Amino acid sequence: MRIIVDLTRCQSYGQCVFLAPNAFRFHGEEALEYDYAPDDYMREQVTWAAAACPVQAITLDYRDESSEAISQPQSPGVKP
Amino acid sequence: MMSHPASFSNRSTNGRVVIVGASLAGLRAAETLRAEGFSGHITLIGDELYEPYDRPPLSKSVLAGWISEEHITLPRRRDIAAEWLLGIRAVALDLSNRQVQLADGRRVPFDFLLIATGLRARPWPDKEQAALDGVFTVRTRDDAARLHARLAAEPKRVLVIGAGFTGSEVASVCRDLGLQVTVTERGATPLEGALGQAAGAYAAALQRRHGVDLRCNTTVLALEGDAQKKLRRAQLSDGDELDVEVAVIALGSLRNTEWLQGAGLSADGRGVVCDAACRAFDADGAVTDNIFVAGDVARWPHPLYDGEFLMVEHWSNAVTQAETAAHNMLADSATRRAHKHLPSFWSNQFGVNIKGVGLPSFADTIVLTQASSQERRLVATYGKEGRIVAAMAANAPRVLPAYQALIEARAPFPPDLHPSDGPARLQLLPAGFAKQEHATPDAGAVITGAGPNTPEQRVEGEALKLLDPRVPPGTLPLITLHANGAGMEKKSPVQEVQSGGMRS
Repeated sequence: MRIIVDLTRCQSYGQCVFLAPNAFRFHGEEALEYDYAPDDYMREQVTWAAAACPVQAITLDYRDESSEAISQPQSPGVKP
Repeated sequence: MMSHPASFSNRSTNGRVVIVGASLAGLRAAETLRAEGFSGHITLIGDELYEPYDRPPLSKSVLAGWISEEHITLPRRRDIAAEWLLGIRAVALDLSNRQVQLADGRRVPFDFLLIATGLRARPWPDKEQAALDGVFTVRTRDDAARLHARLAAEPKRVLVIGAGFTGSEVASVCRDLGLQVTVTERGATPLEGALGQAAGAYAAALQRRHGVDLRCNTTVLALEGDAQKKLRRAQLSDGDELDVEVAVIALGSLRNTEWLQGAGLSADGRGVVCDAACRAFDADGAVTDNIFVAGDVARWPHPLYDGEFLMVEHWSNAVTQAETAAHNMLADSATRRAHKHLPSFWSNQFGVNIKGVGLPSFADTIVLTQASSQERRLVATYGKEGRIVAAMAANAPRVLPAYQALIEARAPFPPDLHPSDGPARLQLLPAGFAKQEHATPDAGAVITGAGPNTPEQRVEGEALKLLDPRVPPGTLPLITLHANGAGMEKKSPVQEVQSGGMRS
């Protein structure tokens, strides 16, 4: 899958880092880094991360966008 | 807003759009055309072989090796059903016949053209030294892959020439990899061109705290190779001679406008001039209606900055300007819109997230408006003549939207904020943008005069030599080598540089 984060919009809330730690990480306290092409095993996590981003900075490739409704992940540390 | 189907449909269903430049701006423009109903033919022309990829990680996570350069292909927002001409350069524009000429002689006809040819890295001025094995620039994914491979081989010392955003980020990666790194900067501080000396002093402290051998007010006079043409040494203007195996040239960029020379557009080394609707101006200053410009190569008047024509190299500007240009290709006078995007940038270096909004270099004054203890997080605000024009934040991205609103509202400066983490008393300082352009020209956003035909500043004679990145700051153009060079067999590097001028 392919993703991109609009880092101008990103405010380093870090929801993506909690939800998909192998695709997103902080370098230091606030500097987000991410993999534009996460492995397929991360697809669900990354899709959740995109949905959970408080500023909606994560865009998926149109071929990766799921038409199904995305259920909220049952993961600690995620505010509704 | 009401749509106007009658006039809209002609443009939106028919015709040929050619986009020269197949990177971020070119791709986003093509996607916008399709999103807005264009069903004609789209051709994307790019001189690199790869489909569009994202450049910011080239000097960060790709260079560090955290992700491969093959992992930065841009996702698509939709199917653009375009014809791709990749790995081939556009060499000329024929306005009267509405054709783009390619390097292999082919001519590509268009009804509408988008110019999005962007930038390339400014090369080291001495061609022979630039060709030494171990000398790099960072602009393309091939550049980043080659430099990463070299850094992974653990060179003893890396030299970074120029402490703008790119140079600073490369130095940060080197320290993360445990490499010794020397950074030279002709200006008084890192990031001086983008943020001014006051904020640059913070960047300098950050570099030194992370173990960078930072040398400001210093240039590299010469790069020296061995018999195998491998880089071995660098001569610095502070008199030092460094053993280095890798040198990264981070001296800013050049606009890819050569292919437009003589085409009849208002284009020069500062970019292609367009109006706020992204329509190119012709050479007489008349606006065209079928030639559009977007991204790093565009130069356009920003309403917030006194009609000054700006060149903006930021990621978000490329995206929003491409969207506006594509929209306006299909629009009529009722639906056309202006590109009023406030310059916004970010940089990640030494574990710190630096973000900015507005145009710092427009300012004359800076004030620290928020800071945590030991300044681990801080926000500084830039002002000019009593109005706030920009803000920068280190490790404080969440406060910036509030500052952006103040800038867009032309709020008074210094701002009346009283945040809980504000200083007891606001201390105004000169922002520190030197009049003489000594600092590395890697500023991200540059003011270039008011008016589409503002002449490009012509620098001639002795003053021209000062533009050479090898010439140390404070050098008087009237110093000549003859003063003490008579009879010497070999000129010192300083003399070589001062007498050589712009060699290329």
